[in-house]
Order: sequence, then structure tokens, then C-alpha cells
Amino acid sequence: MVKDSSTQQLIKRISVNWSQLKMKYSSDQEYPDLSQHNNHMAKVLTPEIYESLRDKETPSGFTVDDVIQTGIDNPGHPFIMTVGCVAGDEETYEVFKELLDPVIEDRHGGYKPSDQHKTDLNPDNLQGGDDLDPDYVLSSRVRTGRSIRGFCLPPHCSRGERRAIENLSLESLDMLDGDLKGKYYALKNMSEEEQQQLIDDHFLFDKPVSPLLLASGMARDWPDGRGIWHNDNKTFLVWVNEEDHLRVISMQKGGNMKEVFNRFCTGLTKIEGLFKERSHEFMWNEHLGYVLTCPSNLGTGLRAGVHVKLPNVSKHDKFGDILKRLRLQKRGTGGVDTAAVGGVFDISNADRLGFSEVELVQMVVDGVNLLVDMEKKLEAGESIDDIIPEQK
Amino acid sequence: MASNFSRILSSKQRIGVLTFVGGSVTAGFLLHRQHVGAAAPVRRSYPASADYPDLRKHNNCMASSLTPAIYAKLCDKATPNGYTLDLAIQTGVDNPGHPFIKTVGMVAGDEESYEVFSDLLDPIIKERHNGYDPSTMKHPTDLDASKIHSGNFDPRYVLSSRVRTGRSIRGLSLPPACTRAERREVERVVVDALAGLHGDLDGKYYSLTQMTDGEQQQLIDDHFLFDKPVSPLLTCAGMARDWPDARGIWHNNEKTFLVWVNEEDHTRVISMEKGGNMKRVFERFCKGLLEVERLIQERGWEFMWNERLGYVLTCPSNLGTGLRAGVHVKLPLLSKDPRLSKILDNLRLQKRGTGGVDTAAVGGVFDISNLDRLGLSEVQLVQTVVDGVNYLIECEKRLEKGQDIKVPPPPLKQFK
Repeated sequence: MVKDSSTQQLIKRISVNWSQLKMKYSSDQEYPDLSQHNNHMAKVLTPEIYESLRDKETPSGFTVDDVIQTGIDNPGHPFIMTVGCVAGDEETYEVFKELLDPVIEDRHGGYKPSDQHKTDLNPDNLQGGDDLDPDYVLSSRVRTGRSIRGFCLPPHCSRGERRAIENLSLESLDMLDGDLKGKYYALKNMSEEEQQQLIDDHFLFDKPVSPLLLASGMARDWPDGRGIWHNDNKTFLVWVNEEDHLRVISMQKGGNMKEVFNRFCTGLTKIEGLFKERSHEFMWNEHLGYVLTCPSNLGTGLRAGVHVKLPNVSKHDKFGDILKRLRLQKRGTGGVDTAAVGGVFDISNADRLGFSEVELVQMVVDGVNLLVDMEKKLEAGESIDDIIPEQK
Repeated sequence: MASNFSRILSSKQRIGVLTFVGGSVTAGFLLHRQHVGAAAPVRRSYPASADYPDLRKHNNCMASSLTPAIYAKLCDKATPNGYTLDLAIQTGVDNPGHPFIKTVGMVAGDEESYEVFSDLLDPIIKERHNGYDPSTMKHPTDLDASKIHSGNFDPRYVLSSRVRTGRSIRGLSLPPACTRAERREVERVVVDALAGLHGDLDGKYYSLTQMTDGEQQQLIDDHFLFDKPVSPLLTCAGMARDWPDARGIWHNNEKTFLVWVNEEDHTRVISMEKGGNMKRVFERFCKGLLEVERLIQERGWEFMWNERLGYVLTCPSNLGTGLRAGVHVKLPLLSKDPRLSKILDNLRLQKRGTGGVDTAAVGGVFDISNLDRLGLSEVQLVQTVVDGVNYLIECEKRLEKGQDIKVPPPPLKQFK
């Protein structure tokens, strides 16, 4: 083939320093237009911070532009405050501290760079929680995420890495036994029947459609390397390579949150042990707890919640305030950004970082018990003014 | 020892530059990720086979041509701007395609992509462009509109006429890969040049970020406004990043000449008018293009163009002329004739609905345009459309009179 000899040289001997290419234009010329934006990244990023960070990269090559792309492409909503940045690997949180520390502080209730996060996955430390009234509490669920140290995160991983994560995960999950014994369903190999069953069980996750996720590159190569593992009892579920390396979910019908949390902790601890046997560990440190893709999920990454019938309480004009005081949030039963149907709400902890797993689940247990009491009082025509809680 | 050999690869973004200090070529790149700093550890090393995409369910030109051997050869290479193979093929990996429609499945991040990844792009170009072989053939460029004959159609049949193409500014990365500053520079260069147009080309630029509501509504009513891309074919290639920064629309006061800035290409240039005067549409097209070219050259810039590929654009399907010349034409009787597809094939034309690609024809009105882009000049392609549409109108008239029509003979296979 006829090839220009100077092009040959170009291909073989490119001797330009990468940073010179990236630095061809000034920081001001590259600085994003955030005038229409309302997310944590846009609130925190300044031209000075951008200038200071733009010639840096993590060892795997993740840059500040990679961190913030999703926040630039998704200006946000006047009422919902999204994060607007993601991590491409564990080191992102170090290399881009200058940006991410203030984002974390803003998102996680004033959590400081010097603060320490405690991890507590001992379910015996949870008080009560086994008897949330099943006439009101329809189902209980606890979820978190885990990242495997040494691998890049979903916005940045290569196909080879993603597949390695999948292999490691299913090797480890395959070793679970007892009531955790289960099976892995790779998204790309699933049969029609398996797919339908997973849909009916509400286990199947789809290719992300949210532009928040798409803009950060998490849906690349779909469905390669993605899959769902669940135990035979259908009470313990692991998503592989969706928004994080692993999302771990424990759930069951009814109000026995204690049992859900027991299984959650046992399962997680076992999985962690199985990974360690294969010389891998989870990304974790004393300051940020468990490290995940989105800064909003740092710390515990834990969302413990129930589907609960609160048709009367939800109409009370102090409902929002009560939730805030209890450090809880409401969602519709379709998940985040859906509306409640028939007075049934998804109620879960609002915090992720700065509280331990036990503390967060305790807040949900205590808070939901109180909300159900309030519901009963309102049903009986009584006032709830005397049991409105203090700010936790 | 080969001192600071290092390669910084980002699988998502545009930074993957091979750097050699000391000038020695190291055969075989062992490491996918290694930071250039003196003490940074090797993170992971994956052989090409571990990263090779799963293309078993795929039906696009990239999937047809990308063998494990080609992947292994190219996966460690990067253009001078740092654009990599993984970035170029991402859209084809993410969009397996349709059993009936074969998409290209690959884009260029810069002009050099067509060189650096030629082992993959040449066969794709050959497949997409009817056998045109970029390694041996030359593409003719001809923007002399005076050569067009019989280019004024019967207005009872042809409702509107339109010619479009794209142009890229040499030295700046293409939409999948450009930084914000580069994109803004494209805007600056193009808008600056367009401000130099006069007479019937005198016009105005409307930046997407600064448009008023009134301007926006007018542009929508004129059918000029383009939206943020929603097609995953485009979004997976990274073309919608930073929207709507540095995007905009320029059009002349007469609304017959329109330029899109930083949509799917640096520029898309459109000449159009109601009625059947395709010759005049093409005249304005050529005049505008040549004038803009002259204006950017005055300022030290030029379009991406070379002898083997013609005008270089983001999608390999638009190489050569990047030209689609078409009409909206009423062919109610012919539209029901089962021979229509064959007639169009032999005339080297394609039909679309009047909403554009992937829409259906309404009321027997079709969008008829040229199939080819590369290997034939602008004049040749427009003449093909002119001849073809005249033939179709003749067919329609004959059918109206109850006469029979003939399928024209197939064209000579130029490139095989």
C-alpha cells in the first residue's frame, strides 16, 4: 500500500509530550460553560481549580475532563441536585481531591477531608428491626456497591478489565453455599426464558438510558461483561458491571429488616473473604469508606429501604419535614425519580457517608416504626403533633 | 535502555499518545496502561485478545472488517492527537446494527485517523463505497456547476431541491475527539469566514448558546434548527459532548444557503430552494463553498482534503464529496410500481421519506438522492441525480397516460 513516508514516521515515532498536546490551548479556552448548570460539580469548579487539575491524570489515564464530562452534559434540574462527576478509578479521589473534596463535603452534609468513616457490618449491633408491621411494610431491602481494588471503574475500564471483573466475581459467587447458593446469568448469554424469569422477578437490569450515566461512558460495550447473580431463594442478588463493579442487594417481602440486614452482612462478608482468597480486595479507606463510581455512594454506599403504605401521613403538611428530621428520603415505588402510587412509598436513609451501616439501618428501622405509628394515629383520627421527632 | 517509553491510554477520552524519548522504537507494546512518571507502577497488562470486542451479534462495516489480527495490530496505536482504535470503533461496538441496514460502525477523531487506522478503514471504505480502493485510487473533485445540463425540473413534480455536504478544518480534531477549545476554534474560524460572504450570500450566525427565544422559534419554523443528537450512533461516538457549546447555525438572508457548525462534522453546508431548479441550487452551493474556502485560506486555514479520500469528514460514509443532492418529488403512480426499487438502483439513486433518512414517504412524495459519495465528482453526482430524476418524471408521465415504462440498464461497475 502506498503510504506517505512521513506518516510512517508519525506512526512509529511520535515524540511529542502528551501534556503539550493537551495543553495546546489555555485553561480559559478549555474551561466549560457552566452558566446553565445546577449540580455539585458546577457549584464547586472554578477556573483556578480547573487550571490546577487539567495537567494531571491518574495512573490509568483518567483526567479532570473525564471526571466532569457527565456534569457538563447534564446541566441538572432546578430542584434536584445531581453530583455531576464520577471516578474512573480509586486514585481519582486522590488526584482530583481539590475538586472532589468540596463536592463530597457539599453532598454528604459537611463531611470534611479530615473526617474518618466507620464501617460496621455486624448485624448483631442492630436493635429490633425484625417486626416492622407487615400490614404497612410490604417489603424490605438493603443495597450497596463494592469495587475491586486494582481495576478501573465503569466509566473508564477497558473490555479486558470488565471481563476480568466479571470472571473474578462469578468465580467467587459460585463458591457461596447454604441459603446463599445461587447462579450467574450473563446478560449476553441469557436464554429467552431466563430473561423473562428475571424480568418477572424484577431482577433484570437494563442498559442504562439515563443521560447521567451514558455521558460518563458507563454503558460502553453493553452487554459485554454484565450479568446478574442471585441465590436460589431469590433474596440475595448481585449486579455485575452495571453502574459499579458490584451492586449487592438483599431483599424480601414483609417487614423483617433485621433478617434482610443479617443476610446482607453475612453475604458481603463471605464475598469479601472469597475475593481475598483470590488475592483481591475491595476498594476501601479510612476516610472515604467503600470507594464507588459516584461520589454520592461513598462510605457505606448503603441504601436501606422499605415499601410502606402511608396514605395519611404522606398527605400531612409536615411529611417532608418529618422525613428530613429522621434523615430519611422518599421515592416512588419505581425507584428514584418515580411517583408514589396508591400511597405506597419507598422510604430509605438519606445518608451514605459519615455513618456506619448499622447506624443507617437503625435510622430506617426506627424512622419507619415511627411513621407507621403516625399512620395508625392519623387513621384513628388522632393528632401526631406530640410525636414529631427532633432533628437526628 | 529505552528510557522513558510510555503510553498513556485512556479508553474513553482522547488522550492516548505514544511517546518516545530517545527515539528508539520498541517493538511490541506490552503494557496498556503505564503512567509516564518515574515511579508509577504498571497497573494492568492485557493482551489484545482480552480487549477484542464481542461482535458476534453485530452487522456493521466495522464488525465485518475488524479481525482479531487487525485489532491486535492497531490497538496500541494512536494518532498524534491521542485518538485510539478503541475510541474509533466504540460506536460500532455499542450499536450492533440492524439486520437490514448496515451502518458503518466507526468514526474518525481527526484527519490522521484515516492513515493510522487504514488497515481497518480501507476495507470499510471499500465495502461502503462500492469497491473504491483508497490505497490505489484517486478521487476527483469538481465544483464547476456550469457543467450541469438539464438541471431545471418540471415544478409540477419536483417540490424542492437541495444539495448538502460537509467540510472539516485541517489541524483541528473532529467532533468525536475535539476538546472544548478546539470546537470553539472551529466555530470562530468558520463564523469569521462566513461573515465575509456578500450579495445573495449575505447572512447571519445564530449560536445555540446565545439564541433568543424568538430566533429559536423562527429557525424551527424555517426547519433550520438542529437538535442535540439523540441517535446512539452519534452519542456513542462522543459527538454530543459539551452540548450546546460552540454549536450554531448560519444562514443567508434569503434562506437558501445554510451552514451547521459543530453538529456531526465541523461544518455541514446546505443549499436549497423550493421548486426544481437544481442547477441554480448547485451553482449557489459551489459558489458558497469556494468562497468560504477562499476566506479561510486568507486567514491561514484550509479544508481537510487529499487525493485518495477527497474531503475528509467524521464518518467514512461521507468521504469524497460528502455530497447528497436530492429532491422532494411527487411520484404517486410510480410509487406503486413494483419496479421502482430496481429503477432507482440502476439509476444509482436512493429514496427516503420526506422526513429524511429512516422516514416513510407521504402522499407519494419521495426524497430522491444520489447513493454514491466517493470516487465520483460533485458534478458527476449531481448530473446523475438530474438525469435520474428526469427519467423518473418521464416514467410518471407515461404511467399517467397509461403507457408502460422501462427499467433503465444497470450502470457499469466502476470500481470492481
